[in-house]
Amino acid sequence: MINEIISMNGYGLYVWSSFAFTLISFALLYFVTKLQLSKEQSKFVSKFGSLNVDKTRVARLQSSNKEILSSTSKI
Amino acid sequence: MIKFFKPNKIFAITSRAPKYVLFLFIVVLSIGLTEALILSPEDYKQSHAVRIMYVHVPAAWIALGTFSSLTLFSIGSFVFKNKYFSLISKSLAPSGFVFNIIALITGSIWGKPTWGTWWAWDARITSMLILALFYAMYLLAWRIYEGKEHVVKITSMIAILGAINVPIIKFSVDWWNTLHQSSSVNILSDTSIHISMLIPLGIMTAAFALFSLLIFLMKYNTELIKIKNKGLDRL
Repeated sequence: MINEIISMNGYGLYVWSSFAFTLISFALLYFVTKLQLSKEQSKFVSKFGSLNVDKTRVARLQSSNKEILSSTSKI
Repeated sequence: MIKFFKPNKIFAITSRAPKYVLFLFIVVLSIGLTEALILSPEDYKQSHAVRIMYVHVPAAWIALGTFSSLTLFSIGSFVFKNKYFSLISKSLAPSGFVFNIIALITGSIWGKPTWGTWWAWDARITSMLILALFYAMYLLAWRIYEGKEHVVKITSMIAILGAINVPIIKFSVDWWNTLHQSSSVNILSDTSIHISMLIPLGIMTAAFALFSLLIFLMKYNTELIKIKNKGLDRL
């Protein structure tokens, strides 16, 4: 049964390599995108942290900034 | 309606959605892989090589669908002068490009046991390669002209020009005598594929669509935070 699934009547190499290529591409794209997102989130947090009191108050008025901060707090 | 696409409104959703989409994707993909690799029957002509269809066809569909959506949002950014439409287009491109490459590579692997060759300059395959080149040009243009005023105009032009190729890909198998087989799954006419193969194909398409959505959401959040980072610099 296992041998049959692996060999697939001699087509195993073609089938498994197609699925493997697809899944590896998915994993690479996911991790690259995740890395880019984490990098921008870290940059945002450090920039926000370096603002003075007045600028922080202005920045906090924007709802999207608050959303980003709350989402980055889980990093 | 256009206000809905404003980042302030949409970020609340897009920042929370990825974890749920990822979970759903893993579940649907696991079912799809079991169906595609183990439960679905082999083809009477192609034997087990037919299983490549379960990754090749959905990848090609998603690549085409993504480019069509990307073009619509690019046209939207022209017509409505809404920069968030171009942000959506930009976020759609990476997954579309990867799906296009998957369709080309898996098609090539499928070609060897069925046609006896890895590649043929056939109308369908060549037009898919041209689509990949348009995706690459679109992504490169964003990279090269990032931050410049005319970036939206250039990328939109590439998307609109590339969209001319989309109907060519779809109808290439009808217009020309090609090595590539004609469509087996049709919305408007009869589908020639058996239900036992149509179900895994549908599940794998759903999984690929979820993955595309996941990457889009993550990319959209990245682009949005990039804009906010520039906003903090200007404070």
